[in-house]
Amino acid sequence: MTAGTPLVDIEGLSVRFGADGPAVVHDVDLVVHPGECVALVGESGSGKSVTARSLINLAGPGARTTSRRLLIGGEDASRFDAARWRRLRGTFAGLVMQDALTSLDPLRTIGQEVAEVVVHHRLPVGRRRIGELVADTLARVGVPEPEVRARQYAHQLSGGLRQRALIASAIAGQPRLIIADEPTTALDATVQAQVIAVLKDRVREGAGLLLISHDLAVVAGIADRVHVMRAGRVVDAGPTAEVLARPRHPYTRQLIAAVPSPQARGSRLASARIAPDDAGGPIRILREPLPARPAVSDEVVLEARGLTKTYRHRGGRNATFTALEDVSFSIRAGEVVGLVGESGSGKSTCAKIVLGLLEPDRGSVRLLGEPWSGLSERARRPRRAKLQYIPQDALSSFDPRYRVKDIVGENLPGLDAAAGARRIGTLLEQVGLAPALAERHPRSLSGGQRQRVAIARALAAEPALVVCDEPVSALDVSIQAQVVDLIAELQAKLGTALLFISHDLGLVRHMADRLIVLKDGRIVEAGDAIGVFDAPAHTYTRSLIASLPAPLLAGPASPHPIGTRL
Amino acid sequence: MIIHPVARRILARLATSLVVVWGSITAAFLALHALPGRIEDILAGDLIYPGLREAIIAEWGLDRSLFAQYVDFVGRIAAGDFGLSYVLRQPVAQIVGSQIWPTVHLASAAGVLALILAGVAATLTAGRGRLARGLAAAVELTCASAPVFWIGILLLMLFSFTLRWFPVSGAQSWQALVLPAVALALPTAGLLAQVLREAMERALEQPFVVTVRARGLGEGLIRLRHVLRHAALPAVTLGGWLIGGLLGGAVITEKVFGRPGLGTVTLNAVLSHDVPVVLAVVLLAAFIHVAASTLLDIVYVVIDPRLRQQ
Repeated sequence: MTAGTPLVDIEGLSVRFGADGPAVVHDVDLVVHPGECVALVGESGSGKSVTARSLINLAGPGARTTSRRLLIGGEDASRFDAARWRRLRGTFAGLVMQDALTSLDPLRTIGQEVAEVVVHHRLPVGRRRIGELVADTLARVGVPEPEVRARQYAHQLSGGLRQRALIASAIAGQPRLIIADEPTTALDATVQAQVIAVLKDRVREGAGLLLISHDLAVVAGIADRVHVMRAGRVVDAGPTAEVLARPRHPYTRQLIAAVPSPQARGSRLASARIAPDDAGGPIRILREPLPARPAVSDEVVLEARGLTKTYRHRGGRNATFTALEDVSFSIRAGEVVGLVGESGSGKSTCAKIVLGLLEPDRGSVRLLGEPWSGLSERARRPRRAKLQYIPQDALSSFDPRYRVKDIVGENLPGLDAAAGARRIGTLLEQVGLAPALAERHPRSLSGGQRQRVAIARALAAEPALVVCDEPVSALDVSIQAQVVDLIAELQAKLGTALLFISHDLGLVRHMADRLIVLKDGRIVEAGDAIGVFDAPAHTYTRSLIASLPAPLLAGPASPHPIGTRL
Repeated sequence: MIIHPVARRILARLATSLVVVWGSITAAFLALHALPGRIEDILAGDLIYPGLREAIIAEWGLDRSLFAQYVDFVGRIAAGDFGLSYVLRQPVAQIVGSQIWPTVHLASAAGVLALILAGVAATLTAGRGRLARGLAAAVELTCASAPVFWIGILLLMLFSFTLRWFPVSGAQSWQALVLPAVALALPTAGLLAQVLREAMERALEQPFVVTVRARGLGEGLIRLRHVLRHAALPAVTLGGWLIGGLLGGAVITEKVFGRPGLGTVTLNAVLSHDVPVVLAVVLLAAFIHVAASTLLDIVYVVIDPRLRQQ
């Protein structure tokens, strides 16, 4: 790719914690040249972050690293002492992590954070003052009004600007290597695309980029080479195009297939298999279909009319913020309605009003043909069970002292102990959990399992409508696929109506019958999901669709072969 | 007129403080009138001589309506006039004013010492090996649970009687301040160190610490420049309570080390039923508490920029 000494040249890297702990990273080879982007892809716990952080000796307390070759910037890093590692950090390699809100010191200004590496290493700043250097660095990553931003704190910036500021703080020391650990996770699609573009610019300037992600689709557009990691080992590696076109390892194929594509609609994401192809052409994905869905009836489950909600800024006089303006929609029995928009578009306000947790300033909500908004909570309570909720962060929605059976059982009033236990067991099986998990505390479960518990809790009430608020946004792509499959399967079997809220357009396309696009509190587009995707009318919808990562497989659009059994 | 949000917040906080001060004055007035017996007898203390009752009635206006008395009481206290001590035959303000400084010196010396001790202990031991943390925790627990007078007596035995490094009693020189300040500081330091260390360990787990390490900063700088400030927030919450503890402890410490100060004044006033003085000390303690908690709320906003808006 590029001539010259590789920035990173390691062979046989293994990392274990403690003297005789198991190796969490096993025999990894990794080379990063200047001006190229290498991606490490895998699910949480696959060892990708530990591998990357080992390059700056920050794998964590108690980490023990062994390797056959460990060349950092052409020098044998196995001989580095603590002081040598510290000199290297920030000047040779910069680290960008996830979520700038917690990855930048929240008590210090952006300017202080960006300047720290330069001041600390006494790097030459030329004739400029530190303040100018900070402003220049912020400007380089596309932060508007850099002098103003430098005086602000992380919590005062939007998610996208914050993440750029974090990148600025990592590149202020002009490092030749940038390690970006899930730099776009939890960001909206358009912001994600912008942050990736900023990183791409650095690579174009000659920096080496080691990009870590759980999402193959994110790295596909930027990485020159990809390493797919699983359980501490690299299972697949090579130039990005080659790995995507001819994935060698089944896990890579799974990752590729887990990303919702237009072809995947109506089928199970996690069931995807690569079709055996002897001709050596582009691979094809086969998926199992979801169960047949009952027809959507004309019965309206929920009707929202002219919802408007305005918040008053505290402190400022007459300063108001319109979170929602004249939003109307209805959901019919058995229908899946997708609600799409970026952070701040009013999705959450809308969800809260639908759930009856917030009163609209104007407009009304009717549930099952009767008034829902504007009632006292006592009047709402008899119908509460009909309206259930699956949150993004299931764990924080559970009472921390409750076991799984208490959480699910809460929605099963009036059952005696034996009948309740049987019902809980059935529900857990329905969501793909072993009934034995009923005795466990949710914090001992994985993210995917917790989400399944939240689904079981919602189902226990036999609801007419479930509001799913970003139900899989916090999960790895592969787990996401399984949970999405579960929601889709249960929806098809039970015919429950869903209000599916997400910033992930690809996911909504996979799930929804109808689509509502929110921007700045207003509906800018609504209609049949496929129709909106194929012919978006509003420029904003078009820009949202454009920011979707390109399909990983550029093969012919092959519809899922119905009835395939694998 | 546009007021800066932070200034507006501080002004609002000061206004609530004034309400609390007014409330405590009212409470003192009501308590005085709720006591069994006639007010002039209560105010006179143990003293009996002809004409005293009449003088007190005249001075406090006890023959007037309760409301007029109340307005007069609030007005006088607002002007700093706490009346006369009939036992000591001196204005109360003068008695308290002359004795408050040794106590302030002692409490503030102990406070600063406790802050330094706790800060150093927490910074050095947070997130370290089991031995260092266990040892520090044991020392802190001992300090936090030991009564001030017991520590004071131990210090006196060792450093004054045996080693003769510091004077046994008095308040004439800075040497005389050392032992009482240490005795008073240790329990506070023990408690503060525990809170600080726990908060530091929580802050050390935060993702931004990894970012800071990745900039090449060493462990010491990470703790001093970044983590300590985060750890200070829960410690500030404890601050109001600790200041109260220092004042209460100062009264006892003064007795152990034979120092002049508010402790002696209070004790003597209570023993001789000198109600005007007791009243003044109670109100003073309330004012100090209000001032301290107001100050700490402002310190909060200074430390944490996230509290400055909304």
